[in-house]
Amino acid sequence: MPADPNNGDDVWVLGTHMTKFGRYPDKDWVDLASESAMEAMADGKVTIHDMEILAAGSLFNASAGPGQRIQKQIGQTGIPVYNVANACATGATAIRTVYMAIKAGEAEMGLAVGVEQMGKMGMLTGATKKESKTYEPSGRFGAVTGVDGYLGTDGMPGVFAQAGMEYANDHDGVGFEQFAKVAYKNHKNSALNPLAQYRKEFSLEEVMGAPVMSYPNTLLMCCPTGDGAASVVLVSGERLKSMSKRAQKRAVKISASVLTSDPWTESGQVLPDVNTLTRNAAEQAYEKSGVDPSDLDLVELHDCFATAELLHYDNLGLCERGGAGDWIDSGGPFRDGDTPVNVSGGLISKGHPIGATGVANVYEVTTHLRGEAGDRQVKGATVGLTHVIGLGSSCGIHILEKAAV
Amino acid sequence: MTKKPARKTTAKTASVPTEQVPLVDYLRLGARPYLRAHECTKCGARYFDRRNACAKCGKTEFKNARVKNAARVKAFTIVHRAAPGVPAPYVSAIVTTEDGTTVRSNIVNCEPSPDTVRLGMKVKLTTYPIGTDDNGCEAVAYGYQPA
Ligand SMILES: [Zn+2]
Repeated sequence: MPADPNNGDDVWVLGTHMTKFGRYPDKDWVDLASESAMEAMADGKVTIHDMEILAAGSLFNASAGPGQRIQKQIGQTGIPVYNVANACATGATAIRTVYMAIKAGEAEMGLAVGVEQMGKMGMLTGATKKESKTYEPSGRFGAVTGVDGYLGTDGMPGVFAQAGMEYANDHDGVGFEQFAKVAYKNHKNSALNPLAQYRKEFSLEEVMGAPVMSYPNTLLMCCPTGDGAASVVLVSGERLKSMSKRAQKRAVKISASVLTSDPWTESGQVLPDVNTLTRNAAEQAYEKSGVDPSDLDLVELHDCFATAELLHYDNLGLCERGGAGDWIDSGGPFRDGDTPVNVSGGLISKGHPIGATGVANVYEVTTHLRGEAGDRQVKGATVGLTHVIGLGSSCGIHILEKAAV
Repeated sequence: MTKKPARKTTAKTASVPTEQVPLVDYLRLGARPYLRAHECTKCGARYFDRRNACAKCGKTEFKNARVKNAARVKAFTIVHRAAPGVPAPYVSAIVTTEDGTTVRSNIVNCEPSPDTVRLGMKVKLTTYPIGTDDNGCEAVAYGYQPA
């Protein structure tokens, strides 16, 4: 059911943009963020002088004041700036910051930007091992040397492999092949997305035969590091009513904006629990929006590793409880399945410049709901969901609906 | 809770005593090594580090608890690309002890292969040396091995 722009209390996406994800050795993160911000405002036919709030997300540059750096590039208008860092939910948190300001009546229009420049830093290692010559206990566990590799792994491919294997332990029909199918699907989807960092298809055999990083995650089942930025302009329903018919037609309603953190769980003390807070966020988002998982035409979820994506089919209610393995075996999350998941190529192939990711997901779904996604368009899409999760943990979910006009 | 773990002297050979120190303070060495948790006196939630209040119920009193050594593998991964200086491949795992405590560890004395390590596999706590410092002090880690 398309959203009605006549309800002035709603918050809408007016303009959006993402840079192609990849590597930009000749630009810095300020260039990428500023370029994306300018394009998103141009997309909404507004300027920095229309913005009443700016939220800027960057995990690695939050202390450098990314919002103010962007203002110096595109316009210093004196509006309040919020610089946010919230692990892999950084971009979603920037959006939600602007959303809340509009909901609170403090602003009618605002800009959220997410950016990261990671180059080829790699995401494999946990804490660097210290070469101590004398064993002295230090830190909160009184460790005499680094524990990564001795008391389990701190490497991300391994941490998420364990999260997937925990699901496999609890449910039948989930194993290496089901996890590998996730990566097969997402690489295949990315071939249609000109903004993806990688656009190469691989067979299931190639995915499973790639070098093992942390079993069951092979190299082709892990997201790359990269650079990129994404932006959205949000506007109040009241202000949107005074704008052009074209703007109203292209606007996409934010039917739910939710952020959660970890409630206490026993296993979550040692193995990051990516499930409970995602389930809680999904429950709140469906409740607030009145949208049922079966209504969703597309979902962009946090597939940092193939093992993670499978869990979220279940956490977001896209499949039956415990049935994520069967669901991917039946083709459910594929482009032509019940609920296409990560038609952009996902983090695995579109890329994962951390601060940009949670904004780029909203760009992707918005573009489909507007019917402007080109070759990768999900036909007739009217409702979509975005999901990101950062370890620690923080989960952001947005539900978006096409305008009725 | 923050005090240094006691160093233990054991006679490895008759002539050369070796000083040992646990890799982490919640590993208690001795004739029968075990893991020591801080247990909430109200709800029983266990933590290996110090907490200001229980993250589950909010109570601020904790007591030391001896975690059972028998466990089952809840999740594992075989790490092939490890942090610099860490020998690979190795098996990283999350185990659940007989008394319901979740522990992160390596699975040791076991082939690092998905054909050998099994979800739900019974394991038990063991210890092994991981290195010696300039003073001849040996660091001892814990792991779980097939039971
Ligand atoms: Zn408690």
